[in-house]
Amino acid sequence: MTVTEHGSGTEVGRDRRRKEDARLITGRTMWTENITLPGMLHLAILRSPMAHARISHVDVSPARHLPGVIDAFCGRDIADIQGALACAWPVTEDTVVPDYPPLAVDEVRHTGEPVAVVAARDRASAQDALEAIEIDYEPLPVVMDMEAALTADSPLVHSAQGTNKSYTWIFDSAEAGTGGAVADAEAEAEVVLSRRYRQQRLVPAFMEPRSVVVDPTGDQITMWSATQIPHILRLMLAMCTGTPEHKIRVIAPDVGGGFGGKLQITPEEFITFAAARRLNRPVKYVESRSESMLSAHHGRDQIQDITLSARGDGTITGLSVKLLANMGAYLGIVTPGVPILGAFMFNAIYKVPAYRFECTGVFTNTTKTDAYRGAGRPEATYAIERLMDELAAELDLDPIELRRRNWINHDEFPYTTVAGLTYDSGNYEAATDHAMQLFDYDALRREQAERRASGDPIQLGIGVSTYTEMCGLAPSRILGQLRYGAGGWESASVRMLPTGKVEVVTGTSPHGQGHETAWSQIVADQLGVPFEDVEVLHGDTRTSHKGLDTYGSRSLAVGGTALVNACQKVVDKAKPIAAHLLECDPSDLEFTDGQFRVKGSPSSAKTLADCALAVFTSHEMPDGVEPTLDADATYDPDNFSFPHGTHLCATEVDTETGRVTIRSYVAVDDVGRVVNPLIVEGQVHGGIAQGVAQALYEEAVYDADGNLMTGTFVDYTVPSPADLPDFVTGRTETPAPGHPLGAKGVGEAGTIASTPAVVNAVVDALRPAGVTDVAMPCTPERVWQAIQAAQQKSATEGGDR
Amino acid sequence: MTKISMTVDGIQYEDDVDPRTLLVHHLRDRLGKVGTVVGCDTSNCGACTVLLAGKGVKSCTVLAVQADGMDVTTVEGLSGPDGTLHPVQQAFHNSHALQCGFCTPGMIMAAVDLLSENPSPTTDEVREGLEGNLCRCTGYQNIVRAVQDAAATMHATAPPTAEAAEPASTTEANAQEVPR
Repeated sequence: MTVTEHGSGTEVGRDRRRKEDARLITGRTMWTENITLPGMLHLAILRSPMAHARISHVDVSPARHLPGVIDAFCGRDIADIQGALACAWPVTEDTVVPDYPPLAVDEVRHTGEPVAVVAARDRASAQDALEAIEIDYEPLPVVMDMEAALTADSPLVHSAQGTNKSYTWIFDSAEAGTGGAVADAEAEAEVVLSRRYRQQRLVPAFMEPRSVVVDPTGDQITMWSATQIPHILRLMLAMCTGTPEHKIRVIAPDVGGGFGGKLQITPEEFITFAAARRLNRPVKYVESRSESMLSAHHGRDQIQDITLSARGDGTITGLSVKLLANMGAYLGIVTPGVPILGAFMFNAIYKVPAYRFECTGVFTNTTKTDAYRGAGRPEATYAIERLMDELAAELDLDPIELRRRNWINHDEFPYTTVAGLTYDSGNYEAATDHAMQLFDYDALRREQAERRASGDPIQLGIGVSTYTEMCGLAPSRILGQLRYGAGGWESASVRMLPTGKVEVVTGTSPHGQGHETAWSQIVADQLGVPFEDVEVLHGDTRTSHKGLDTYGSRSLAVGGTALVNACQKVVDKAKPIAAHLLECDPSDLEFTDGQFRVKGSPSSAKTLADCALAVFTSHEMPDGVEPTLDADATYDPDNFSFPHGTHLCATEVDTETGRVTIRSYVAVDDVGRVVNPLIVEGQVHGGIAQGVAQALYEEAVYDADGNLMTGTFVDYTVPSPADLPDFVTGRTETPAPGHPLGAKGVGEAGTIASTPAVVNAVVDALRPAGVTDVAMPCTPERVWQAIQAAQQKSATEGGDR
Repeated sequence: MTKISMTVDGIQYEDDVDPRTLLVHHLRDRLGKVGTVVGCDTSNCGACTVLLAGKGVKSCTVLAVQADGMDVTTVEGLSGPDGTLHPVQQAFHNSHALQCGFCTPGMIMAAVDLLSENPSPTTDEVREGLEGNLCRCTGYQNIVRAVQDAAATMHATAPPTAEAAEPASTTEANAQEVPR
């Protein structure tokens, strides 16, 4: 089935301005925080100032007597109803999954962990009353460093578990039968390069802080939450609290960004749910930004030991990776799985004959980590793309030439990789050639040579990143093999209203991606109805009862296919009705531009709207035909989606101050066929910005006692407009063969590609100075220190390079 | 409690407020002006930006009592009474300068403030001028373009000189977009 069978296709591919904007630019948006209900109480949460401590005494009663306060409670008070937060992705049979009470009962394991709650008539009263709660902590030893945590005498985050190791997960291509043995490759290699890279801890920093409202007064308990995953949240509330699933309704109203940070079932949601049930009144909790930094999950935080073996001509012969992945103090919904998503991506776009990957998940007294834009794939792409540049330098090859010698050629698809994935399509040559042209690669290399020759204090660096990623999460079968607790299908429903207008229900849950617009374009083409006549409904389990939500660049890749399939069913159902109205045989009809026409007699036609009205009245239906055009479709993909591209970054690095300035940035992405180029470009811009932020600006830092030193936007430096350049974007289009529209995911591509492009450019600028790495974020101080360290090393070695 | 009076988006309100109440909380919680949002607690993000007496302020850094007797414009009061979008709003839509839209109310108000001080900003001036407003979705490029497009629109639709005036029937729609 293809779209061209029955549509003129004028909407898909068009720069439609977004439907969503009308409410967002006029302040008529329905954020969770805007919801006010009769009798509603406001919650404030007391959080642990200790990174690890036993709670020896709690008395909430002084708070209860303060003005405006209705109730105060601690973990023990709701221990029987609060449930336990669950991890849906224990990646091995023996993964250590510690107990995770939403409101701590007897021990806290990271700063910011919720310990007590006040419910009051207004937020200020609730906040004030927190100070009256009496709580004593008995400090316990803290472990912050992953390598220290794995030593025999380390303090334990969860003493009952007897270890700080959550799991070790191994993939070996020799054992899997997908390639050779890395040990053999390394023994025979002419070049073996080993490096350690550090993926610093990041904060997703969605702009809308999380908030949650629970109304227990109806037949269903209703939860509004600023979440990416209303469907999964409903299921987990039911499974983890024992509340019957059909008695829970979850609504994700307008949600202000997520980037994986709202792909979570949170302590705050569970605490608010418990509070509403305890008080039998509507309650609301809105976090402050500082609370969000402390308590919402963080991302990245890995130590990557990576070894690449190659022949003297640059041909890769083997790749081995050993990861330490910081879980934090607890496991969130997919915490252990995030680094495993990277396991399949270290081999990237290259033909690697032998591969070994080993990842150990480690508990520390820090906020848990979990999905953040790219989730495992940016980490993998960073390490391999950094190391490819190092190998190029080692062999004195142009980094693009080295990549050309190793990448999968466009005529080799579908290509089964050493990690066992089958890449469906791609054209790395085309994307790279286009990027080099937009970048004026050769001219910049000439300028670089001139600046190096003249000893210019401002050195020019050129960074290359050729990436692919696996997204469109995901084939349920593969997720099952990886021990994930749910599937990866998606659902769509199309409702034909009697006037010919269309309601579309999607199981995806947009929070900035523009599904209302893009889905309308798809339906307009599929059904031949005007773009304006389509309403897209989502994010409420009462209307959209079935779905797996939005993350992993899956919505268009998986949900879009379900939508096309549902539209096809509508057309199929309308056909016998149109035939009946036209008094012809269904086989004589063709469907184009929203009309059923009798072949050879184009003047006799019936629109879908005619059929919808005929079904509504049902006065004259053909025998045996059900009087509805509505249709549902659920789609489970056979494979992931594999967007790819080439990003090139030119940096100017002041060798005297360490300041890095991005001079130009070119991104050529191949995300298959594009539904809305405007939206795709916006996703690429935002993705690059977050990747650049990891390269240059952001890091969540704890001190040795477990205090978060970057707990506000003052010290966690999300880039401002003045910190980022313009990006030059281009596209190549290699249609995804498994998708009816040929589309691939785009949500994470920019973030995956950009971080190594920027850091490669920084290191490239400083390579003549002897610098071979700069730890992220490449702040002026770090860059300057890297230069000083290289100079000292060069001086003590006594030789010139 | 302190009695205050302020005009918000053209409507006058008189209220008794706790002196510690922030302007943004007064707008949201008392007046129901929930179009203005709170994105941080350190005055870094700018999501709560409004015009106070015609000047852009972060309404989380102003006490409600400080706005006593003053005129406040929020994103909800920016479009015309007939719903005609302000040129900055229209440009944000046209240039896809928003994704999740949470920063958008503050970003639009900061842009309006910037253009009132500098009607023809360069790219760098827009970036510097909006430095106090954070967006996590867009990478800012389309926001910068939107602000410059809005500047151009506001120039083009400035009240025409007598000799350049077109017949009313063709300029009416544009003329309404000029902020008065």
